[in-house]
Amino acid sequence: MSGPSLMDSLFQRTLEDLIKGLRQQLIGEQAFISKALEEIRKEIKSTDLSTKSTALLKLSYLSSLHFHDMSFATFHALEVLSSPRFSHKKIAYHGISLSFHDSTPVLLLITNHLRKDLTSTNEFEVSLSLQCLSRIANVDLARDLTPEVFILLSSNKLYVRKKAIAVVLRVFEKYPDSVRVCFKRLVENLENSDPQILSAVVGVFCELACKDARSYLPLAPEFYKILVNSKNNWILIKVLKIFTKLASLEPRLAKRVVEPICDHMRRTGAKSLLFECVQTVVTSLSEYDSAVRLAVGKIREFLVDEDPNLKYLGLRALSIVAPKHLWAVSENKEVVIKSLSDADPNIKIGSLRLVMAMVSEHSVAEISRVLVNYALKSDPEFCNEILGSILSTCSRNLYEIIVDFDWYVSLLGEMSKIPHCQKGEEIENQLIDIGMRVKDVRPELVHVSRDLLIDPALLGNTFLHRVLSAAAWASGEYVEFSRNPLELMEALLQPRTCLLPPHIRAIYIQSAFKVLVFCLSTYLMQWGSTASSASPDNLRSGVSASVSYESFDNLSVENGADATVTRGQTYTSASITNESILNLLNLVELALGPLFESPDVEVQERARNVLGFIDLTKLELLNSSVQGEKDLERRGVECSKTIELMHDAFSKELGPVSLSAQGKVYLPDGLMLVENLVGMEMICADIEPPSSNLFSFGIPYEEKDGVSFSNLQIEADSEESNEATSLLAEHRKRHGLYYLPLGKSEIISNDYPPANDPTLQGNINDNADDLVKLTEESLVPKRKSNHAKPRPVVVKLDEVDAKPVGVKKAEYKDDSLSGAVRDFLYGMKDMVPTSSQSNLPGKASSKRKGKEKQHTDPHVETKGNLVDYGNPSSRRRKHRSHGKERKHRSAREKNAEEREDTGQKEKEKSSYCHGRHKSRQRAEEPLNVSAQTTVIPDFLL
Amino acid sequence: MIKAVMVMNTQGKPRLAKFYEYLPVEKQQELIRRVFAVLCGRAENVSNFIEAESIFGPDSRLVYKHFATLYFVFVFDSSENELAVLDLIQVFVETLDKCFKNVCELDIVFNYSKIHTILDEIIFGGQVLETSSAEVMKAVEEISKLEAASNAITLIPKSASGWRSR
Repeated sequence: MSGPSLMDSLFQRTLEDLIKGLRQQLIGEQAFISKALEEIRKEIKSTDLSTKSTALLKLSYLSSLHFHDMSFATFHALEVLSSPRFSHKKIAYHGISLSFHDSTPVLLLITNHLRKDLTSTNEFEVSLSLQCLSRIANVDLARDLTPEVFILLSSNKLYVRKKAIAVVLRVFEKYPDSVRVCFKRLVENLENSDPQILSAVVGVFCELACKDARSYLPLAPEFYKILVNSKNNWILIKVLKIFTKLASLEPRLAKRVVEPICDHMRRTGAKSLLFECVQTVVTSLSEYDSAVRLAVGKIREFLVDEDPNLKYLGLRALSIVAPKHLWAVSENKEVVIKSLSDADPNIKIGSLRLVMAMVSEHSVAEISRVLVNYALKSDPEFCNEILGSILSTCSRNLYEIIVDFDWYVSLLGEMSKIPHCQKGEEIENQLIDIGMRVKDVRPELVHVSRDLLIDPALLGNTFLHRVLSAAAWASGEYVEFSRNPLELMEALLQPRTCLLPPHIRAIYIQSAFKVLVFCLSTYLMQWGSTASSASPDNLRSGVSASVSYESFDNLSVENGADATVTRGQTYTSASITNESILNLLNLVELALGPLFESPDVEVQERARNVLGFIDLTKLELLNSSVQGEKDLERRGVECSKTIELMHDAFSKELGPVSLSAQGKVYLPDGLMLVENLVGMEMICADIEPPSSNLFSFGIPYEEKDGVSFSNLQIEADSEESNEATSLLAEHRKRHGLYYLPLGKSEIISNDYPPANDPTLQGNINDNADDLVKLTEESLVPKRKSNHAKPRPVVVKLDEVDAKPVGVKKAEYKDDSLSGAVRDFLYGMKDMVPTSSQSNLPGKASSKRKGKEKQHTDPHVETKGNLVDYGNPSSRRRKHRSHGKERKHRSAREKNAEEREDTGQKEKEKSSYCHGRHKSRQRAEEPLNVSAQTTVIPDFLL
Repeated sequence: MIKAVMVMNTQGKPRLAKFYEYLPVEKQQELIRRVFAVLCGRAENVSNFIEAESIFGPDSRLVYKHFATLYFVFVFDSSENELAVLDLIQVFVETLDKCFKNVCELDIVFNYSKIHTILDEIIFGGQVLETSSAEVMKAVEEISKLEAASNAITLIPKSASGWRSR
């Protein structure tokens, strides 16, 4: 016999022994537990139910608090369940509700046990099985046990009845057809005077209404009565939750409930009820001005309360009200802004959201500035929270609230220099986006980018790499606005760029290429204008360059910053000398030479492009300065052609591309996209594989540009690498300080001090006061008299940007449940629920009625209130007959829509009718919606 | 709907864990760990709410209360009122206090079954059914009596049947 012997049973450890042992063990908790589990596995096979149940209890304990799987014991749990003893049953039910789920294989075996206990005369046994059912019921269990639950719904024992009511929620959810059996009794219980029962029913309806409120609109009169008459805070809260859902569906209902809710708000002393009223008003009754004012007054009380909970909830309520009634926020702005420095992170974030809700185009600059200053001094997490919300607020609706883009771009630059900033990606996107969309901001963008690029310390911060890539791109793309391209070039090629990841480095190199081309073409243009004979080519390049300057001029004049223009212009025109060009070329060769062999394809390819271009132009440029005039002209022309070509290629502006742009390209005639590429194989077979990788890399690019200098490049490569290495070595000797150990770029420590170190770690509260003062002015909706300039044009894309925020249609998840409820409510009007005692002869109830002993329990008197409410008077409410709302159907229901004003009876019916109609023809839902809203009756008239 | 009730001590050891939807034990453990990680970082005298959506998914809220060495944590959704749940924690703790006469962590450690019985009287399948600690006490006492009675009969028959089977 493999089972445990008697000795095992006698000396079995109880749960208490196990817990004690676990606390005193010396062999380690895991080891102790696995030993205990071994014991349990043996004991649970025992034939003695006491031993078995103790083992099960221990196992439940280990599963619940030490997270050991107990699925192996599901069958044993059922065995224990069959014990006649209450204590065993209790243990079994506990174990089952811990371990059973929908796919437990033995789930179906439990049905009869549950049925037996549901019909037990012991209310605690019934309670145990209801409890278990509420936890594990699946479709089959819900279907099979619906009759039992139905009987219990009108049980005399309140203790059982309230649990039966609660279990209905799970039964409905799993088996919607049970609505037909149980719904009426459930509704009858709404009339019950006992607060416990009422609380349970209202709770169930609250859950049901959360999933699909529309089906429960016909019950509004019952809920309304509870709202007016109940004195139990818990029940009132639940009813308010239901009305929050219903009122937003039916405006007439909102009109009726607004007054009672305000009454509660004025009278109640319980904060929970008060908050619920406030929440209901701001969520669903925001059109009723007086109610909103009252609610905002209460919110204010919450905000100034000592209790951080009330403060937090006040802020949350305020954020609900903010979109529709911004005045509510501005009225409380001091409190809101002070809360930014609260010790509680929840409160800080809540107030941050509200501050951002207050931002308008007049206040955005000031609010953002103080917030950025604030972010400098706060902890990393909150700092990023602040930055994130500034970024998202400012970029909302295509930078709707930004007027001064120069300011915004410099703000972005400033934000990225904050040490804790981790919003690099978002800043990157916005910098590029603004650069493309807003033409007028480009000079400032280039200026900001230069500041970012030139700071070597920023390269050490990995969070900033994305920002730097945007800066590099912008400064290359819009290099014509740069005040000092040569400086920009140095910044792009500084040694610390090796800290960048390859894909960003590639962007750096490409930008350097653009800057180089720009410098050369400027130089050539200069030179062309000084040279006596102007060939047509030169003329053209000169013209194109001057055009770009003109646009810059206009812009700067608008800015009123003439000084910079002259400086910028004189600089570019005067100081690109022969010598500086040579230095530039040398610098590029030096910096990019080592990348010739870079393992990253992208970097390598771009570096080679640049070097190839330099090879192409350098010699001629060098020679041109030394040789005679004639030669110079000839060579200069040739070389300038190349440069001009590149310059043209780069000066084509990149516009923002709409997401749907691809769809707009018409399919050319004769292009078959759907055809299989069978013919390809034949063609491919003809093509010889390229002899070397180098060629295959180089050729496609150059062909695209129409310039074939691949041969040249390859020739130059070999010479050049020697030259470059020697130069590099020389440079290294001279500027060894700036070079990083070769091949170890990953482990380089950041020896630069972090930029923008917050030196003032001052008292945050002081800052908060400053903040209040500062925003005080900015929040006043004053119109700034003198904007420096009108808001620049923001390029918009068609459809995509204007894409309306799709209003999500409410999905009916549990179609069948709401359908069943509607069907039922439609049918219900024939049977008028008069009192909870009415016992309709159901087929299931008649069967067991005989067995059911009628208990005359002591009527359980409860105070359903929570401890703190201090309002324990429970109230027995007399039923008010409201049968008139449920009179018999008239034959005119077809025309109900036309005769909406003839009376409420017809209307009610039409809505019932509609409910059914809807549940049947769900496919036509969109059509029905509008009609439906018109025919919903005013139940409360 | 209440989603979960947890009690854990200030070292993060769970003392009570009840989830009203089935979750595999590993998931339960992870959730408790993550909740504790947030809880232990919070100062005293701050609000009792935590943004729980990152841990428990959308539409979930978390209220906790700190008593001596224990955190009492209730997770719920939008159909419960935050302050009411806070009061409910109070009810739960008061009931424990009445049951154990000055409840302390050890009472909760050693009375696994009873704690569950108490909680089950207050919350039924995620719905709050009882908010009066007197009512809860009454029911719990009845249940304990019933348990004791059914166990009292056991002692003798158990050994007797044991001997007989020999």
